[in-house]
Amino acid sequence: MSAVQVTGASKIFNQGTPKQVDALIDVNLTVEPGEFVSLIGPSGCGKSTLLRLIANLLEPTTGSITVNGKQASQSRLDQDYGMAFQQAGLFDWRTVAKNIELPLELKGWDKTKRAARAQEMLELVKLPEFAELYPWQLSGGMQQRIAIARALAAHPPLLLMDEPFGALDEMTREYMQGELLRICAETSTTVVFVTHSIPEAVYLSHRVVVMSPRPGRITDLINVNLGAKRTEDTRAAADFFTGITAVREALRGTHADHANAGAVRGVEDR
Amino acid sequence: MINTSRIRRILPPLVFGVAFLSLWEGVVRGFDLKPYFLAAPSKIFEQFFKNFVRIWEATSVSGTNALVGLIAGTVFGVAMSFVLSRYRFLGELVTPLAIALNAIPIFVLVAVLNNMYSITSEIPRRIMVSLVVYFIVLVNVAKGLTQVQSTHVELMKSYAASDFAILRKVRVPNAVPYLFTALKIAAPVSVITAFVSEYFGGSQNGLGSRITSNIANSKNAAAWAYVLGACLLGLTFYAVSIVLENVASRGGVASKTNNNK
Repeated sequence: MSAVQVTGASKIFNQGTPKQVDALIDVNLTVEPGEFVSLIGPSGCGKSTLLRLIANLLEPTTGSITVNGKQASQSRLDQDYGMAFQQAGLFDWRTVAKNIELPLELKGWDKTKRAARAQEMLELVKLPEFAELYPWQLSGGMQQRIAIARALAAHPPLLLMDEPFGALDEMTREYMQGELLRICAETSTTVVFVTHSIPEAVYLSHRVVVMSPRPGRITDLINVNLGAKRTEDTRAAADFFTGITAVREALRGTHADHANAGAVRGVEDR
Repeated sequence: MINTSRIRRILPPLVFGVAFLSLWEGVVRGFDLKPYFLAAPSKIFEQFFKNFVRIWEATSVSGTNALVGLIAGTVFGVAMSFVLSRYRFLGELVTPLAIALNAIPIFVLVAVLNNMYSITSEIPRRIMVSLVVYFIVLVNVAKGLTQVQSTHVELMKSYAASDFAILRKVRVPNAVPYLFTALKIAAPVSVITAFVSEYFGGSQNGLGSRITSNIANSKNAAAWAYVLGACLLGLTFYAVSIVLENVASRGGVASKTNNNK
């Protein structure tokens, strides 16, 4: 059973009106359990829309989406996935520990069980001494680690991330990428990761899904072979650069094919 | 350390205040200004302590009107903001009106309200204060309930949270600092409205009416003494609202507005 199965999914906003936007057309994608898949493409290619369809925050116009073999709507009700956004989205009026406990509260866990899990998650993201602080007392990178801890608090098999490191500086970003890989390996979590950074997508992923705008669709699937264990040395490895070149060329392809002169310029090359 | 920095904060305005009063006193004496033109601070303080009991009584009348109106207006304002945030179309109808009413001096309505009740009733004044407070609280709290981070709402939906859970765990905590902002604006305004309401008839027992009646009797220094009472009442209301805000922020609630962004 695949972790995520998207079959013939389309998403059209404002259908039948002059403001109609074809956000996604006929998307097919399968993500296997334990796999790390990145969605990359210029602004407006529908990568965030695709993530929200998987999360069932949006309903597809046509097609079907299953998560863990269940309808996306059911898997949302069952909290089969955790989600992290570009903004950490922590609640300023809750302590760090209470932020992590939020999804567990909504699941109806009792207090002691919640506190124990929050502490376990804080240790996973290596911030165990920060439980009683408030989010605004932490740096951006720490806040994002707390957001990941919260997304994984209920031990969901799937993690959906929408440019989670987009607002971080380069050094913090690379550190967070390493941490994310370690956490996912320790918890054997499947990840679907939206980014507009080519090196980030290549470094993290088993597979990179290249998307193109107007209308949003998948144009390429690129397998990355960086081995099971990625380290800081991986960033200097020949395979890493091969992957980057392959993704970059695939993105250029979306450019040449559709003569959207401005489309690829939006992709950050870092 | 804390003491020196506190002194450094308090000392300049204190010195300025004393200097200002001395200048005032000096000008009145030096130019031999008549009391009906401008009373000297020393005479005002003299009148203040001489009439202390009467000033206190008048202050408690106006203060009670302001307090009752403030509490009633806040309760209704908070209640209505929940209704408006639940039914957006109502909000679209009422919010522009509330903002417009906030910008005009609606306390003149008290003249109309006075006609509805007996001449000795304090109710028109209290209604007036609550109306003014109501709109301030309504506009601010409704904003706090609706203007929540979109990430927070998406996150709660990803947890399959109900609308009620989103209200309780996101919207209400988000609105708390807005409520205290509203109270900080509304507290001094409630005192002002209570005074001004007294200028439109009714019983002559509050600070506002005492000030006018003393001026009418050429008792200028006594009128100033009542003004001093009014200042102290306004300051008390403002100080209480600030203390309340600090108590709330100690729980980490209003911290966002102070430290972040």
